[in-house]
Amino acid sequence: MTEFDAATAAVQAALDAGARYADARVMHRRYESMSARNGEIEELAQDESIGLGVRALVGSSWGFHAVPDLSDAAARDAGRRAARTAAASARVPGPAVDLVPTGAATASWASPCTVDPLGVPLSSKGDLLVGATRTMAEHGADVAEGLYQVWDTAKWFVSSEGHRIDQRIRECGGGISATSIGDGETQRRSYPSYRGQYGTSGWELVDSLDLAAHAARIAEESRALLTAPLCPAGETDLILGGEQLALQIHESVGHAIELDRILGWEAAFAGTSWLDLAQLGSLRYGSDLMNVTIDPTIPGALGSFGYDDEGSPAVRRDAVREGRWVGVLAGRDSAAVAGLDYGGSVRADGWARLPMVRMTNVGLEPGPHTLEEIIAATDDGVLMDVNRSWSIDDKRLNFQFGCEIGWEVRKGRRGRMLRNPTYTGIGPLFWRSMDMLSSEVVAWGTPNCGKGQPGQIGHTGHPAAPARFRNVRVGVRA
Amino acid sequence: MTAPELDLAGQVVELVRRLAGPDAQAEAVVTRSDLALTRFANSFVHQNVAESTVGVRLRLHVDGRTAAGSGSLVTADGLRALVERTLAAARLCPPDPGWPGLSPPAPVAAGAAVDEATAYAEPDERAARVRAFVDAVGGLEAAGYCRTSYRSGAFANSAGHSAHGRTAEAAMDGIARTGGSDGVARRCADRLADLDGADLGARAAAKARAAAEPVELPPGRYEVVFEPAAVADLLQNLSWFGFNGKRYAERQSFAEPGRAQFDRSVTLVDDPLHGSGLPYDLEGTARRELTLVDAGVTRAVAHDRRSAAGVGASSTGHASPGGATFGPIPHNIRLLAPSVAGGAPDGGTVAGGGAPPATSVAGLAGVAGAVADADTAALVAGVRRGLLVSDLWYTRVLDPKSLVVTGLTRNGVWLVEDGAVTRAVRDLRFTESYPRALGPGAVLGLGRRAVRQPDRVDGVWWEAPPLRLASWNFTGGASG
Repeated sequence: MTEFDAATAAVQAALDAGARYADARVMHRRYESMSARNGEIEELAQDESIGLGVRALVGSSWGFHAVPDLSDAAARDAGRRAARTAAASARVPGPAVDLVPTGAATASWASPCTVDPLGVPLSSKGDLLVGATRTMAEHGADVAEGLYQVWDTAKWFVSSEGHRIDQRIRECGGGISATSIGDGETQRRSYPSYRGQYGTSGWELVDSLDLAAHAARIAEESRALLTAPLCPAGETDLILGGEQLALQIHESVGHAIELDRILGWEAAFAGTSWLDLAQLGSLRYGSDLMNVTIDPTIPGALGSFGYDDEGSPAVRRDAVREGRWVGVLAGRDSAAVAGLDYGGSVRADGWARLPMVRMTNVGLEPGPHTLEEIIAATDDGVLMDVNRSWSIDDKRLNFQFGCEIGWEVRKGRRGRMLRNPTYTGIGPLFWRSMDMLSSEVVAWGTPNCGKGQPGQIGHTGHPAAPARFRNVRVGVRA
Repeated sequence: MTAPELDLAGQVVELVRRLAGPDAQAEAVVTRSDLALTRFANSFVHQNVAESTVGVRLRLHVDGRTAAGSGSLVTADGLRALVERTLAAARLCPPDPGWPGLSPPAPVAAGAAVDEATAYAEPDERAARVRAFVDAVGGLEAAGYCRTSYRSGAFANSAGHSAHGRTAEAAMDGIARTGGSDGVARRCADRLADLDGADLGARAAAKARAAAEPVELPPGRYEVVFEPAAVADLLQNLSWFGFNGKRYAERQSFAEPGRAQFDRSVTLVDDPLHGSGLPYDLEGTARRELTLVDAGVTRAVAHDRRSAAGVGASSTGHASPGGATFGPIPHNIRLLAPSVAGGAPDGGTVAGGGAPPATSVAGLAGVAGAVADADTAALVAGVRRGLLVSDLWYTRVLDPKSLVVTGLTRNGVWLVEDGAVTRAVRDLRFTESYPRALGPGAVLGLGRRAVRQPDRVDGVWWEAPPLRLASWNFTGGASG
């Protein structure tokens, strides 16, 4: 029995049990991670998981059931259970459910991969992390950490509308962090970001990071931060590095444009959105420099795929064009509720989880400047980079972020290092204050986006470049 | 009768012995799970999921090297593949001089009896509670979930130690929404039968109505009364970053055992068997009560075998997945109510829907419905000027050692003046050191009834009464 056979059996069983639509995903995921600490391997974990999840629509109610067994009997039982769960949902019914058309597809897709990350010898991968963390420890870090992660996912999708799609997506990435411990506080520096950089790519991505070359620098910076002056408190011009801006996009744009949040479907947990669908196409989200796309077609970016987990093909769309809000992240049912004609942003974290609206690659198009030009044009401000903490309200408006490191900017030059830099603001006001944007875009990968109940971890991408924001409140502290 | 999971765990250990020889050290954990969650929003069920899964975890130590593997395949071929790839990984790893060895044979007491009705709850039973919640909000919008979980598992290692157990849990978490304000009610229980959707819905609706038309207050330091949902966030962050034996060993924790770091009214106990739970940890160590703070004095941090060996201590039964990286973390902390700490008979825990109904305290404070129970009302009555806070949201750590955290209020904040709730307030952002806020002299009162709050994952919960603190540092208003 093939994976497609199992998925087909589950879908048919759901239909036989009363569903008017059903789809099923078989997923086979291999995961590997290794962490090192202070020059020694700390943990090597490998996981292999195979199973099937089936979704059934009975009337206007959904049900989902997942099993770790691809036998015909187990698949059919899962289909029947999904339909039975959907019938139970009808005790508390909602409005009629439609699905926007996606076109039945028979297709195969694979992400680009030059060097199979699971084929690289563990000893080589271990040597990389051990060497980098040893260097950090030798250069003053009290806690020197290194991490890589690899996901190799094969999936087979079948729907009652005729979809039959298989995909293989390989993702990997890694990074290093140095922590220095002082009296009453710690200081951390990371490269290239806290958990590292990730993409739908082979091991060539990790090779390109050249972790060892940055180990000594970040260790010394973490030590120096312990005695650096505090980031001043007040309003000033803020320059954000690209890594931090990627998280700013993730939290204050990506989540805000998720259609399930806008419709209230996440109200009790992840929250809603400040955006009102009545203003789609007209709302001023940011300055004219703000052009944000939803683009799962970017080769190598972490949020890329061929088809989403409802069978919709990857399509590039605008989310914000010249500062105006023009697009959302949607699924087939949420789009129908909103009166839109596209889905394409629905994914599930493994076979045991329900597909839901997730970010793909949500990021900025390049601006006209460079970081050095932005610094040179700034008379009095603070430059911050690499995220350390992040918090935002349930409507995605009021945020406060902390960065690992800051620098004074005076009269067009980068000055003293600053410790504990934080900034806070309100999303649209912040984005409207962006007056300089660099062309130096990197598609940062975020492998830890939490959403949903039961919880799901999403992998998202965020093209971002350094940018300047005017009159931002910085230096918030306890 | 032997548990089937114990047979499987034994097979894995035996397979390691056959493939790697008698000197190989191996431990295996097998867990079967049936998890179901009925989710509602806009007053209808929009997601309704169930999963039946099985997982096998293997950790082995061969020729001085350690590796771990896991998988969902429990066929003979699947188990053999798991053992072979984990052995291969171990052989390629560098030596592990910190290997703490296997848990020796020791008795592991059975956990609490499992409620079979919860373990095998049907979708209709969860939907019925959602129906009751939605009906009880009286025309407001409702959103949330009703969850049931069942786990059956076993542990075995090559030192001859084994353990097995079962656990079931139910939780319900919902909000009512007026269109401009939300109110929340949240409970975790061993039995689904103890969750009363109508009671929770009525509580959430009363809070939501009381939170309508909020005013914006200037940021600054305010005295606060935190309801149990907000206190749960304090316990979670103290647990992850403070009572974590690995962070303690690395001097990244504030914890200093033997020192009075908290107000003397604070007693914190990690008590995994207070509710239904598996009676052993990932290394087979028996889980048991651990006093972390006793009358304000920090007494202990949590350990697994590796972190314990590093500081010359013993495991406290806190080995968990990812623990080698994140460290051992208590997941079932109780902030003891004063009557419990003092042994008085009238204190206790509200694990299900057994708290007094919201209407019983109507009129005790100025804004009807803001204060959900007499316990909270008693704390509010002592506040000259401060804030009543239902819930905290999106809390993130700025510095782990001082445990400075930023986050926001959510699901209802009210101004308290001269012992009465006078008006609803818009959400505020705070930036505060949690240990400092709970420090000596900083706790002005605790309620007498603790309420168990669910976490995002079954088996993890936080239990606390409402809590009155002298000062909380609000650093931003709703407008920034």
